[in-house]
Amino acid sequence: MTQALNQTLLARATAKLGPQVSLAIGLLVLAVLLAMPLLHLLPADHAMHVSAYSLTLVGKILCYAIVALALDLVWGYAGLLSLGHGLFFALGGYAMGMYLMRQSAGDGLPAFMSFLAWNELPWYWYGTSSFLWAMCLVVLAPGLLALVFGFFAFRSRIKGVYFSIMTQALTFAGMLLFFRNETGFGGNNGFTGFTRILGFDITAAHTRAALFFATVVLLVASLYLGFKLARSKFGRVLTALRDAENRLMFCGYDPRGYKLFIWVVSAVLCGLAGALYVPQVGIINPSEMSPTNSIEAAVWVALGGRGTLIGPLLGAGLVNGMKSWFTVAFPEYWLFALGALFIVVTLFLPKGVIGLLKKEKDQ
Amino acid sequence: MPNALTRILLGLLLLLPLAAQAGEADTFVAANAGKQAKLLQDWAAAPLPERLPLLQALQQNRVGSDTDKRAFIEQAGTWQAADGAAEANGTLRKLRLNNRLRGLTAVALASHQLLAEDAALRLAAARQLQRNTPAALLPWLETRLAAEDDDSVQAALTLALANLQLVDTNPAVRLAAVELLGKTGDPLARTRLESLLGGEESDAAVRAAAEKSLAQVKNKLLIGDLLGQAFSGLSLGSILLLAALGLAITFGLLGVINMAHGEMLMLGAYTTYVVQLLFQRHAPEALALYPLAALPIAFLVTACIGMALERTVIRHLYGRPLETLLATWGISLILIQLVRVTFGAQNVEVANPAWLSGGVQVLPNLVLPYNRIVIIGFALFVVLLTWLLLNKTRLGLNVRAVTQNRNMAACCGVPTGRVDMLAFGLGSGIAGLGGVALSQIGNVGPDLGQSYIIDSFLVVVLGGVGQLAGSVMAAFGLGIANKFLEPQIGAVLGKILILALIILFIQKRPQGLFALKGRVID
Repeated sequence: MTQALNQTLLARATAKLGPQVSLAIGLLVLAVLLAMPLLHLLPADHAMHVSAYSLTLVGKILCYAIVALALDLVWGYAGLLSLGHGLFFALGGYAMGMYLMRQSAGDGLPAFMSFLAWNELPWYWYGTSSFLWAMCLVVLAPGLLALVFGFFAFRSRIKGVYFSIMTQALTFAGMLLFFRNETGFGGNNGFTGFTRILGFDITAAHTRAALFFATVVLLVASLYLGFKLARSKFGRVLTALRDAENRLMFCGYDPRGYKLFIWVVSAVLCGLAGALYVPQVGIINPSEMSPTNSIEAAVWVALGGRGTLIGPLLGAGLVNGMKSWFTVAFPEYWLFALGALFIVVTLFLPKGVIGLLKKEKDQ
Repeated sequence: MPNALTRILLGLLLLLPLAAQAGEADTFVAANAGKQAKLLQDWAAAPLPERLPLLQALQQNRVGSDTDKRAFIEQAGTWQAADGAAEANGTLRKLRLNNRLRGLTAVALASHQLLAEDAALRLAAARQLQRNTPAALLPWLETRLAAEDDDSVQAALTLALANLQLVDTNPAVRLAAVELLGKTGDPLARTRLESLLGGEESDAAVRAAAEKSLAQVKNKLLIGDLLGQAFSGLSLGSILLLAALGLAITFGLLGVINMAHGEMLMLGAYTTYVVQLLFQRHAPEALALYPLAALPIAFLVTACIGMALERTVIRHLYGRPLETLLATWGISLILIQLVRVTFGAQNVEVANPAWLSGGVQVLPNLVLPYNRIVIIGFALFVVLLTWLLLNKTRLGLNVRAVTQNRNMAACCGVPTGRVDMLAFGLGSGIAGLGGVALSQIGNVGPDLGQSYIIDSFLVVVLGGVGQLAGSVMAAFGLGIANKFLEPQIGAVLGKILILALIILFIQKRPQGLFALKGRVID
């Protein structure tokens, strides 16, 4: 109720004062986000201190917001609803996790490998003790997978629900693969028990603050990239492709390259978000790849408003905020609420919360 | 007087076996574990029919002793002395057998059961003796083999005997045994031959024969394995078919994916559970028939839910397939949670009625379970019904017309909205029937349907929309491919490989195996 009221107030405010106010609100939110890690560094008994729990929670939601933004680029602009973005997120997370596991294990093998009685690292773990190579993997693993899958999918012009279900099948297959112990990524338990990152204690206040700061920077950078892309000619072609692919082809464009580019960019963004998520949350396991997680990301975008870039961020914040509250207050009813959200958003909010705000403004 | 004397003598003679048995029981109970083992071995080598009740009692833990170390056997809840008359002195203590003694008891019992009247019992005993026979039983098995008149029991006994003859000192006997083992297709024969070849067999002829026999056995086992995989592939295919058939109809008709389709399977299975409960409570005498009663009820329940869904949600999202996908996902979340709240998060128990449990043994390593056979038949029956409905009725004509060209059909007076609703009901109802079938072979839990939506959609993609033949071929093809890949590269890698193959297949034929010809472009 208060939320709706706030939205109306917000809408009224924007209606009166125009885009300057939107910008001001945006800058205010950014300032708060940048202040949070600094406040976390204050002594614990200080009135303005931000607890590690809140910082981690907000950091987690910011990572999800980057995923929502990435998904909006492919769904909102190119019309490709991916139900497998959790896979790219998790791949980035696993690449980061490999580095963190090597850091915690020192010269030895990661603990889960000793349980499996393995004597040496599998080949794909080669070089993961180097932070630079791990960062390359964060980009390469999701990027290459998206490239190969996208190449074949767009070549045969798979789109619409076919594309959605194929991506869902992809992330499902990935989940099954990572659940196996033999795959060499810790099986069911995944990676956890990290202690150090770049030589710093991973639970120290400074490290947390730095990771949070990095997340905010990545979010702002992806938002900037998104705006640049969306307002360029490239973005116009993507929108045209979403609305009438055949007509675009008749005009002499080849849609495959456009789709593939935005698809890979989106996957890499997800990978980066995953890489920042893992050290903050402290665990990565195959359930991140479950189809449920990926499809939940779609509702963040739908709730916020597709094709608006800001909307998905808002949606990710709203849904995850609600989830944190519900799972504590009424754990039984969260799935009812989420299910109802899916239905209400698609039936009554085709343009999301942002669309609602705009409509209020127009009236 | 001679008359009376004979009578007494005869009476004593008659009592002898009883006395022997009772005496044996008492000796057994009084003996220590080593002595008991010796006794069991002796009994196994020289069976007496009178000993059978004692052995059975031993196996079923019904033997006890009193403080005087006399044996008592529990029968229908009361303890009776093994020698008939005595009252128990002091408290009775149940006899405890260790694992070794248990094994020996089983062998001795099987050896005694070779004397049974019932051929099935003799066969089971012979099979048991194939697995585990002490060498001392050799003469006894030879006598029984000579006396046996049932063919299958004879074959089983021959095999049991061959197992023993493998360690005979005479190479000729070993050779005969090895050749005999080669003629069977039994997994046990393979392990015996392998251990013989791996051991210290000195005779070259026996060695050569064993290798030849081993090859023969492996060949037969391979055939059994392949048939088994083909059968489980058919079984998986029939389940995929039941899950995908309804999806193929609604996807062909509306172009939308109902993500709650898997939950229709789940609701069908839970309907079966409820019907089973009702039968248990109100008509226990007809419990065996509950799956049949569940079929129409599950169809009605899921069809009604499907129609309600179409009316309330899907109809309003017409022309927006991706949003439909999300909305129906939301519905599936709600349905799952609803079931979880109502029936609990644990799996519920749906029992097979007697006529669906068990199976038919085709080869030594191939058993076809009845429930799977019935489900394959049921799936084909549902396909037939659907085909009749789509091709021989007015509704089917309308459904096909709307699938091919919605606008044209509407112009010709087909009530497309009504057709959509009815077809959605039909699709969901078929999924409900699939749920009844699933409840008979797997666990019934709230997450039952989740794993089926991807597989069903792959069937639809592979088979092409709006074509029953395509769905049937794709479902069985995927099922069999899955089951043949599973033992080679593992279940997970098999699934991934199949997904990759389907993506490659779409490169070649984007419209699926059986495409409807059309000239529509947006």
